[in-house]
Amino acid sequence: MENKTVTLAHGNGGRLMHELVDALRLKFSNKILDELTDAAEINLKGKRIAFSADSYVVKPLFFPGGDIGKLSVFGTVNDISMKGAVPVCISLSFIIEEGLPVKDLEKIADSISYAAKKSKVPVVTGDIKVVEKNAADKIFINTSGVGVINYKGRIGAKANPGDAIIINGPIAEHGLSILNARENLKFYSNIKSDCNNLNFETERCLKASSRISVMRDPTRGGVATALNEIAAASGIGIEIDEQAIPIKPAVKKLCDVLGLDPLYIANEGKFLCFVNNKDAKKVRKAIGANARIIGRVVSAHKKEVYLKTKIGANRILPTLEVDQLPRIC
Amino acid sequence: MNKIKLMEVCGTHTMAIAKSGIKAILPESVELVSGPGCPVCVTSQSDIDKAIAVSGIKDVIIATFGDMMRVPGEKESLAQAKSRGKDIRMVYSCMDALSIAKDNPKKRIVFIGVGFETTSPTVAATIMEAKRQKINNFFVLSCFKLIPPALYAVSNSDKVKIDGFICPGHVSVIIGTGPYEKFAACCKKPCVIAGFEDTDILVSIKRLVEMIKARSYKAEIEYKRAVTKNGNTKARKILASVFDVAPGQWRGIGIIEKSALKINKRYASFDAEKEFDIKISATLPKKGCMCGEVIQGIIYPNECKLFKRTCTPRNPKGPCMVSSEGACAAYYRYGK
Repeated sequence: MENKTVTLAHGNGGRLMHELVDALRLKFSNKILDELTDAAEINLKGKRIAFSADSYVVKPLFFPGGDIGKLSVFGTVNDISMKGAVPVCISLSFIIEEGLPVKDLEKIADSISYAAKKSKVPVVTGDIKVVEKNAADKIFINTSGVGVINYKGRIGAKANPGDAIIINGPIAEHGLSILNARENLKFYSNIKSDCNNLNFETERCLKASSRISVMRDPTRGGVATALNEIAAASGIGIEIDEQAIPIKPAVKKLCDVLGLDPLYIANEGKFLCFVNNKDAKKVRKAIGANARIIGRVVSAHKKEVYLKTKIGANRILPTLEVDQLPRIC
Repeated sequence: MNKIKLMEVCGTHTMAIAKSGIKAILPESVELVSGPGCPVCVTSQSDIDKAIAVSGIKDVIIATFGDMMRVPGEKESLAQAKSRGKDIRMVYSCMDALSIAKDNPKKRIVFIGVGFETTSPTVAATIMEAKRQKINNFFVLSCFKLIPPALYAVSNSDKVKIDGFICPGHVSVIIGTGPYEKFAACCKKPCVIAGFEDTDILVSIKRLVEMIKARSYKAEIEYKRAVTKNGNTKARKILASVFDVAPGQWRGIGIIEKSALKINKRYASFDAEKEFDIKISATLPKKGCMCGEVIQGIIYPNECKLFKRTCTPRNPKGPCMVSSEGACAAYYRYGK
């Protein structure tokens, strides 16, 4: 690795993080791991199982539209769902910093209970560790999830030329609501995290088409990062239409004010579905009223994502190099 | 007809142009170059080194805007100083820095003031508020600059010939059209004050080309929904009551008379330069870095030898690659 120490930019979902993942992965590389999807597909005596792991370290713990409890349940359910699996159960394990108010913990537990019920996925096991002050930041939640894959096709990291790209709703709400709460920006806004479970929507997609190639929730690094990852992994090109990307006016305005690009801002209740163009409308309809077809996969400009702007110009939509910084004026 | 070269003065315009892909749809006869309106990019190496030097003083908290964090100083950036444990905080407004001062009465808080007429009035108002509240551990390192003197400097340069200027929207909300009218008439360069949507910029380009063809040297407002002829007189009054106009050191351009704002005598107790004995060795920009030429429209970012080779957003050698408004960062991310 180029850097001598790990920096925060290594965790932002951009190019540095890919370097870090590779540096680790190559030490224990295997065929399943090397696919680099949110959940692994393993074969258990003829049954196809999806298995995922994740950690939640969000700050602040409570934010408009959600909290760390909801986030960890939904995030894990979604990782399993992106593999085309029906989530069966999840585990939650807590690392708690001494001094955390019990009422915060209770609030988080209530939220976990709500999220598990909403997504109809039980929490079946877990663990608690308490560490001394400053050894963690209030509470970290580590999760795993298990699901069953009944889908005939194979949903992985690879998209095919001719696929349409569908998103299930407006982007950039989670990251912006966190930023607004964390930095105490005092912008009056009703921007709430989109933190939500996606398993019912993905199940409807799977029923609507047998030609889905990739499903991906564009969390860290946003839609642009997810698209670049898929383009790179599939060796294909992607073309996105800027005007087709759903974004709420308040989100767009706040991004303008702060000088941030919404395409790189995290989502927690959105997913991209790559499906053969012939089934695109069917799948869009199956997802719901907010879903939009935002682009397509092409065989030209391999491993690159292009954005057709509002005025009809094409420009590259690159991988994020370093964290986005708010501008001065 | 000869090629027409237009300069977008403001860094936010540079980014908006790159993001919307405007250059790709312009006819070949119209060129756009970036100008000296990216706050971090025009800040001189010595000012950046001063900020980093202050961060090394015991019991000092530095508060700054995000863009300043990664600008390379002579030895390191503020972000690197922070990772070594220095107390450096990113704020979104100067008032946040004042709150930090109130919360940390035993520490001295230094706000690094960079920016133009858009930013400086809010900082002036914060300094007035600090005086009113008798807060004596809050200081500002003023590196503020004024846009109109830079226009003259670029226009008078013999290294580049600009035919017309796309003028900054938000600066103009404060200063109005007066300074541009004078400049346009004096230097025979048409000016259009533009908004930040792609259509704002396209309309402004069209108007500039029309004015250049008609040899009409006026200043027009395209961004009428925000900019008025007289600007914001109250903000200018606040500016004048806290700051004196002084010569300013601009990266690549050198000293421009009457182009910087320094804290005046009345508010001298808030001036970080007076509070701290800031010692920096005479510093030069990084070898080979051509940010100075980029911000004057003399070269395009990809004409710099460091561009994309040793200078990348991850390892920036000059401020134009760091700032979200920097021309080099825009080129790197979005191509031409």
